[in-house]
Amino acid sequence: MTHLFSTDHRTIGRQYLTLALIAVITGTLLSLLMRTHLVWPSWKLPLHGSILPEDYLSLVTLHGTIMLFFVLTTAPQSGFGNLILPSQIGAQHMAFPRLNAFSFWLTALAFAVLLSSPFVYEGAAISGWTAYPPLSAIPSAGPGQGLGMDLWLASIAIFSIASTINSINTLVTIIRLRCKGMTWDRLPLTVWGWFTAALLSVLAFSVLLAALLLLFCDRHAGTAFFIPPGDQVSGVIHAAGHPGNGSPLLWLHLFWFFGHPEVYIAILPGMGLTSMVLANFSRRPVVAYRLMIATTLAIGVLGILLWGHHMFVAGLNPFASTAFSITTLVIALPASAKVLSWIATIWRSRPHYTTAMLFSLGFVSLFITGGLSGPILAQPILDEYLHNTFFVVAHFHLIMAMAGVFSLFAATYYWFPLISRGRLLSERLGRWHFWLTLYGAYNTFFPMHFTGLAGEPRHYAQLTQIPNAAGHLLAATLPLNLHITTSAFILAASQLIFLVNLVRSFRHGEATPANPWQATTLEWYPCFNLPTEPLMAHRPPCQYIVTASGDESFLPQWIEDASVDIKSIKRE
Amino acid sequence: MPSTITPINTERDKKRHLDDHEGGHGRRPPTDKRTGGGGDNDNWNDRPQGRRGPREKLSRARLGLFFALAGDLMFFVAIVSAFFVAQNSSHIDVYNRYVNQWLPTAIPPILWLNTAVLILSSVTMEVARRSMFRETDVMDEWLGIGKPLTRRVLPWLVATTALGLLFLAGQAVAWHQLNIQHVFFSSNPSSHFFYLITYTHAIHLFLGIGALIAALTALYASRLLETRQILIDCTAWYWHAMGLFWIFLFALLAFFQ
Ligand SMILES: [Cu+2]
Repeated sequence: MTHLFSTDHRTIGRQYLTLALIAVITGTLLSLLMRTHLVWPSWKLPLHGSILPEDYLSLVTLHGTIMLFFVLTTAPQSGFGNLILPSQIGAQHMAFPRLNAFSFWLTALAFAVLLSSPFVYEGAAISGWTAYPPLSAIPSAGPGQGLGMDLWLASIAIFSIASTINSINTLVTIIRLRCKGMTWDRLPLTVWGWFTAALLSVLAFSVLLAALLLLFCDRHAGTAFFIPPGDQVSGVIHAAGHPGNGSPLLWLHLFWFFGHPEVYIAILPGMGLTSMVLANFSRRPVVAYRLMIATTLAIGVLGILLWGHHMFVAGLNPFASTAFSITTLVIALPASAKVLSWIATIWRSRPHYTTAMLFSLGFVSLFITGGLSGPILAQPILDEYLHNTFFVVAHFHLIMAMAGVFSLFAATYYWFPLISRGRLLSERLGRWHFWLTLYGAYNTFFPMHFTGLAGEPRHYAQLTQIPNAAGHLLAATLPLNLHITTSAFILAASQLIFLVNLVRSFRHGEATPANPWQATTLEWYPCFNLPTEPLMAHRPPCQYIVTASGDESFLPQWIEDASVDIKSIKRE
Repeated sequence: MPSTITPINTERDKKRHLDDHEGGHGRRPPTDKRTGGGGDNDNWNDRPQGRRGPREKLSRARLGLFFALAGDLMFFVAIVSAFFVAQNSSHIDVYNRYVNQWLPTAIPPILWLNTAVLILSSVTMEVARRSMFRETDVMDEWLGIGKPLTRRVLPWLVATTALGLLFLAGQAVAWHQLNIQHVFFSSNPSSHFFYLITYTHAIHLFLGIGALIAALTALYASRLLETRQILIDCTAWYWHAMGLFWIFLFALLAFFQ
């Protein structure tokens, strides 16, 4: 029991990661059900029967909610943040250990509440992870808008509070607990990622909480914040008891003010990790280190100014569309600067292709492919056509889901000795895992651009048996959809390799010396227990030497006397 | 060493270290900053870093509270934004009339009194907070000579709690008065916001009163002076923030309906 309710940051980090692993397995299985239903609509789910449209929508909702909140927010920010961050800045613990444990158990509670929602009468919520009103604001609007929706709201509200608490902890830890010599410009880029993501969480999650409260009042207190006057659902006027000129657009503003920063909360720590891993295995300092810090912060700031690009087709003042379009396009600048730095770091080096390195390269690749469709969607006129199609699904699954997950895999392979106290994941299985995952990721999500361009809509339970020209258009996408579903199964199946690797390596993995990757940051200080004396950082991270004859050595932050002067190891 | 003595000047002036690189004033002299890590004249290590020393825990807790309050501010900002949106939205009805259903809620006059009570409670809270750091008392308390801190702080804390409860009671009276006039939560868009804002603020004050009670308990129950100081200090900042939030929310309800 003492272990279960531990206040040790490493234990809490592991607990978060375990939660995220359970969540990602659940979310993946749900997505497989959806893909199966799309290509074989008549297939009957054992113990359940046919998948009705409302079932399909609840699958969409649960999949999105679980993946966004309990995987892409929880694993990088709370999981690896707790596990690695204190050691990486030379602190012995987080700033508020008990609060830390509390926020983990709140997160677990939020997940439990969410998982209970499919089992209530009327079933799980069907409004998508964005819960757009007015349907979500009216419990009697139909199946999936009743108690399941309330549980969804409760779950996300609890999650918001937990995430805010965790982010406050992260911020104070970074600001107050850095060890001697760990100045702001010596902080590893992962720490900058966690820092910016935590700032975004603190500012954005409370806006979500306010929006959830308003929605809850609409549902149960007779208000009309989001219910337009005279609102009809299936011929029934539901707005009667709700006075006022409520506007679903208000929800969209509040929700996306949170929702877009959420994307960066998920990806910023991964960007930092990628920089560090690429530098490590290329034996090079990160190119333009300070610029990378600046771009991280710039992405954070811009990230909260561009929520309106989710509303181009929802109805927005045209001038506002232009403003949001510009801020969205501007974010391509720091993002491109990051990509250039990644490429420049590995350019003409002799990289060590470990699995962590491969996954980081995969991250860069997916970040580029997924990112390229960003500026396309950022233009209101193009978004007009593409917004409710699978083109958008392709975009965010490549850049957010897949790039995010690739950075999580890179983190797992890279930091596994710290999770397992001195064992490595199998590199051989890791390679199989990487190549199959890369194949699966591209073959699953890239073709969605084409089905989207062909007009395949999002959130549609069934693509067959649609009359007229639309039906013809959609029928043409079916072969490609079959390919997507097959690839999705390959993608999911290749994760079994990862699970086997995890389970086996915890017990029987190759025992490793304390710093197997020759990393330079403090979490690799050569001992798997917490260092007894306070650490000190003597230099920036990622200092390596490669001589002309190919000999490599590295200068970790914790070593005091370096026989080699840093000037002489600047890039030759 | 007691964790509460006023830090010496060099410590208080945390950004500037008195050493051979600079005189404690102005910018760092233009020496080469990259001398090689750990070697002679390596002033990398003199850059600001995570602070250690007296009041470390206190400043940590305070910083955490300020981030929490920044988040909380965003919560109210979101609700106030919604207030202005709802106030200015309208629709065209079936008779082609322009309809705006916003009926300004006349605030009950007792809110003025409540506001005064809340401001007063902030004053008593600040007296309590400052007394907690009076150096001679802290020294006595730390050395175990009597309980001057407890004696000095207790009445002010009790006063703050009482004034806080009085404010909440006053709010309840205001809600009651509105109910008598048949202005309910769901009556019209303006009353939605009146109740929503006052309710959420009241919930915040309830939490504040919980914190006050915790601080009062800690005055007797906690043996660590630092814990008591942290509890009272953070409660005070929270309380001030809620007072400040209320002034803005009250101004919104009173003058911008
Ligand atoms: Cu966005």
